[in-house]
Amino acid sequence: MYELLKHYNYWLYALLLALGLYGMMSKRNLMKKLIAMSIFQWAIIYYFISIGAKRGGNIPIFPEHGIENLTIRAQNYVNPLPHVLMLTAIVVAVATTGIALALLIKIWQNWNTLEEDEILEKMRNE
Amino acid sequence: MEKESLLPLLALLTPLLGSFLILIFGENRRNLREGTTLAASSLTLLWTFLMLKALKAGYIPQKYLFELFPDLMFSFRADPLGMVFLLLSTSLWLIISIYSIGYMRSLKEHAQTRFFFCFSLAMFGAIGVALSDNLVSLFLFYEILTVSTFPLVAHEESLEALRAGRKYLVYLLSGASLGLFGIIYLWGHYRNVSFVAGGFVGEVKDWVLIFVFLMTFLGFGTKAALMPIHEWLPSAMIAPTPVSALLHAVAVVKAGVFTCLRVLYFVFEAKSFPTEFSLGLSLFVSFTVIGANLLAIREDNLKRRLAFSTINNLAIILLGALMLSKEALKGAILHIPFHGFMKITLFMCAGSIYVKSKKERVSELDGIGYSMPFTMGAFTISALGLCGIPPLCGFLSKWYLCLGTLEASKNWFLLIWLTSSFLDAVYFLPIVYRAFFRGKKDPKIKEAPFSMTIPLIVTALGSVTFGLFPNFLFHLLELVKMVISSVWGV
Amino acid sequence: MNEQLPALVVIIPLLFSFLIYVMGFIERRMPYFLLLLSSALSTLFSWKLLIKVIKEGPLSYHIGGWEPPWGIEYRVDHLNGIVAFVVSLVAFLVILSFKERIEREVEPPRWSQLCALFSLQLCGLLGMTYTGDVFNLYVLLEIASFSAYSMVAIGKRGAEFSAFRYLIFGTIGACCYLLGVGHLYILTGSLNMADIVTLLKNLPDSSALRVGLCLLVIGIGIKMAFFPLHIWLPDAYSHAPSTVSAFLAPLSTKVAGYVLLRILFGIFNPSFPSEKVLLEALGWMSLAGAFFFSFMAIIQRELRRAFCYLLLSEISLLGMGVASGTLEGLRGAILHLINDIFMIGCLFTSLCAFIHQFEKEDLRYLEGLGILSPWVSLGFLMGGLSVIGIPPLCGFFSKWYLILGTIEGEKWHLLIGILVSSLINAILIFKVVEKIYLKHPHSVSLKNLPFAFLVSLLIFSVSLLVLGALASTIVKKVIDPWILTLGGF
Repeated sequence: MYELLKHYNYWLYALLLALGLYGMMSKRNLMKKLIAMSIFQWAIIYYFISIGAKRGGNIPIFPEHGIENLTIRAQNYVNPLPHVLMLTAIVVAVATTGIALALLIKIWQNWNTLEEDEILEKMRNE
Repeated sequence: MEKESLLPLLALLTPLLGSFLILIFGENRRNLREGTTLAASSLTLLWTFLMLKALKAGYIPQKYLFELFPDLMFSFRADPLGMVFLLLSTSLWLIISIYSIGYMRSLKEHAQTRFFFCFSLAMFGAIGVALSDNLVSLFLFYEILTVSTFPLVAHEESLEALRAGRKYLVYLLSGASLGLFGIIYLWGHYRNVSFVAGGFVGEVKDWVLIFVFLMTFLGFGTKAALMPIHEWLPSAMIAPTPVSALLHAVAVVKAGVFTCLRVLYFVFEAKSFPTEFSLGLSLFVSFTVIGANLLAIREDNLKRRLAFSTINNLAIILLGALMLSKEALKGAILHIPFHGFMKITLFMCAGSIYVKSKKERVSELDGIGYSMPFTMGAFTISALGLCGIPPLCGFLSKWYLCLGTLEASKNWFLLIWLTSSFLDAVYFLPIVYRAFFRGKKDPKIKEAPFSMTIPLIVTALGSVTFGLFPNFLFHLLELVKMVISSVWGV
Repeated sequence: MNEQLPALVVIIPLLFSFLIYVMGFIERRMPYFLLLLSSALSTLFSWKLLIKVIKEGPLSYHIGGWEPPWGIEYRVDHLNGIVAFVVSLVAFLVILSFKERIEREVEPPRWSQLCALFSLQLCGLLGMTYTGDVFNLYVLLEIASFSAYSMVAIGKRGAEFSAFRYLIFGTIGACCYLLGVGHLYILTGSLNMADIVTLLKNLPDSSALRVGLCLLVIGIGIKMAFFPLHIWLPDAYSHAPSTVSAFLAPLSTKVAGYVLLRILFGIFNPSFPSEKVLLEALGWMSLAGAFFFSFMAIIQRELRRAFCYLLLSEISLLGMGVASGTLEGLRGAILHLINDIFMIGCLFTSLCAFIHQFEKEDLRYLEGLGILSPWVSLGFLMGGLSVIGIPPLCGFFSKWYLILGTIEGEKWHLLIGILVSSLINAILIFKVVEKIYLKHPHSVSLKNLPFAFLVSLLIFSVSLLVLGALASTIVKKVIDPWILTLGGF
């Protein structure tokens, strides 16, 4: 039991994923879908960052001088790679949100509503 | 004994090139277009005769092109069996070209360029089937044959013609898929699909091989119009008569029968089939022999009656091959060209009758013998030939078939041959009777133009000549003997 | 310069897309020619790379000079090389054809924007193909997807809604892929594909590994429009402008298919027990997909939607080849990938030409096209016959290997699926062919086809025959050398 609860970071991200997925699937309002999608993407970002964390880990920055006398042990430093990857992923998420918002503006201009079923109804009537 | 030669390639490229030239000339230069058809067919006949000369001199023309798949070549070979089919197709192509030019122009048909283009392409397919060295090349040309004859079947563009075309495609493409499964299975297991005289598959004892054989046989047998997958052929009679004459009495259906013979004797070893299995197959095919004839009696539409007669004759060829004896196979292979000549005469007569009098039904044919003596004379000769009356060629092939049945000690099948011939008479002779002994001469109906009458007289005379001198011009009997000796290893 | 080729192929479209966008403010028509130039350069360079790989073997390029596995590696081997070359060639042919079409379909301010998006999409696709780093693949996947979402939105009235749905679905897919990458990273500590292969050998089978593999496959499956993750495709490609669907349809799903092959056979391989189960499941899904899509294709009234379902059933065939689990099936899947890019490209370009001439998309308006517009009809005919698998066109050769693969793997349900779905597709194709060649045309006014369109159509039609003749060469020179490098067979 303890083994399962020890990894509470994974539980967090699983919950957020489920929330996001639920929102994207079942919400009718396109804005809410977009927000749910954001939650989904951020859950993944949390997941990646959390795997880099270490107990007692220091920030992985080396001093400019005196590096020759230092013994560098990986377990003393937080893993920087997931952070770097997630910077890219955040950029991607922002770009996706940007495009989605632009699309939503255009949808609003064309159909005057952001409810999915209303839009489908109007499309069918054309 | 094989010699590398360009001849098979030339025989293939000529109709292909011809078809593109026809497309280029189009409606605006009709005489050039018609001339191309005639030139292509004559040239192909020339190549065929040259290959025949090579065979008589003792060597087999062969040509390798390129690799289709790793270790599988795209190659052509003019062996005796292929030669028989090739001679039939190319000689009748020339004859039917002359006929169809007359037919299309007399009726002022639409879309003639499409017609002649597809016709040439279909001959390309048929020649490819005859000359193929392995099952994959054969399948390639088989499919080209199906696709190129589809616009010909639906030529009329009426609802009925389109429906017949769709039925045609459904039957033939499904059959080809089954055949493809068989081919790929054989390739997967034996790494060889080239034709070997006598077969290479070995003993067919386990269920898997029997299943594969049945799939291949029935798949290609769709084109050979076995019952119950025969329905596409009578429906395809909606096509213009030259199409029915050459393609559905000669090229397409004979390609199906030819492929079945290749599968039986050059891929599987039919002569070592278990007896119960071959008896079962023979019974299945005999059902078609008798059934088709019975259905033919009921048909009033002349072309549909001839279609059922074709189904009957194709089944006769397959049944002869399934007798698994030398004489029967001889008869079966001989029946391919003999039936072709006789049936094409009958179809050409039907076409001439339609052009001159717009009559399509047997019940309307009273007294037409007086108006069109040459046409109906040729009809009579060929009809008698199909019934198996000497000295016409139909008698010769049926003679060998019966001999072979006795040789294989399958005496009960003699009943099948006799019943079939009797039923032939039942539906052919009344047509002759009506034409000559009933009704009066109708002054409005005249004999068909020369371009249509000469070809059918030629083929009718051919039926007589082949009956008396089976080696005339085409050396058919010798070729057939070569096939038998190569298959039985004698 | 030769050493920089792998990066150049990807960077040139990227740089050109910015250039095109900026140029759009100065001159309206020039951006198109810049687009043409960028895709021509990519085609040329990917051809050179392919030849080099065939002669010398796989190439490795380190971005920024950083050694893998710390740096990003672009690794060009036989599979990469041919897929990238085919993608850039077909992209070039499609771009060649659609200048007048863009000008007619889209308002003038958007011309340069659309061209920039095309270039960006090309960059994403080529990058996905060449990269040897799983995270870099995610980035390029998203680049390609963004441009796709935006391109689809520049369409008719319903297009932005379909684009939004596409965006939601696509993002789920990319995020699932990213999750899978995360799992792989936790287990192996590396992001480099070649490195992961060696590290995976020493790992025991764990549920984390299984889940990681499944997430990767689901993510790519959404991008590839595998059944039942295909829902975004018909709407997105039907409502997009005709040029956009002509560009996206042959390319984007197929590059995702390449990524699937890379994951299933390049990184993992069938000797993993979890992979065997996964392949079995993929087989059943592809089977269901093949039947479902073939039926859906027949009942469509709009030609473009029917072709979208045809595209989906071809993707299912790819899945079936992969799922047969044999060498021959894998050969068939790769050959099918290559052939399908050309076949679908041919069909959609002909459709584009048809819409250009008639401004209509309904199936009924096809009647008599053979007389009115012979080259477009030829495109439909060749593409259609190739999809069914009529020899000597290229589709026959890939079907041969697919069927051989299912027979050898004894997966009879997949065999029946391949045969039956081809026959059902034949119904649609011959319905179209019948209308084109066997009916008389109505008296309609049609616009002339620009010369570039004709050239493109002709090259597509001829290439289907040429690919058929080259099938054996492709298998021997390109596919077999790659398969030899795989484990697990």
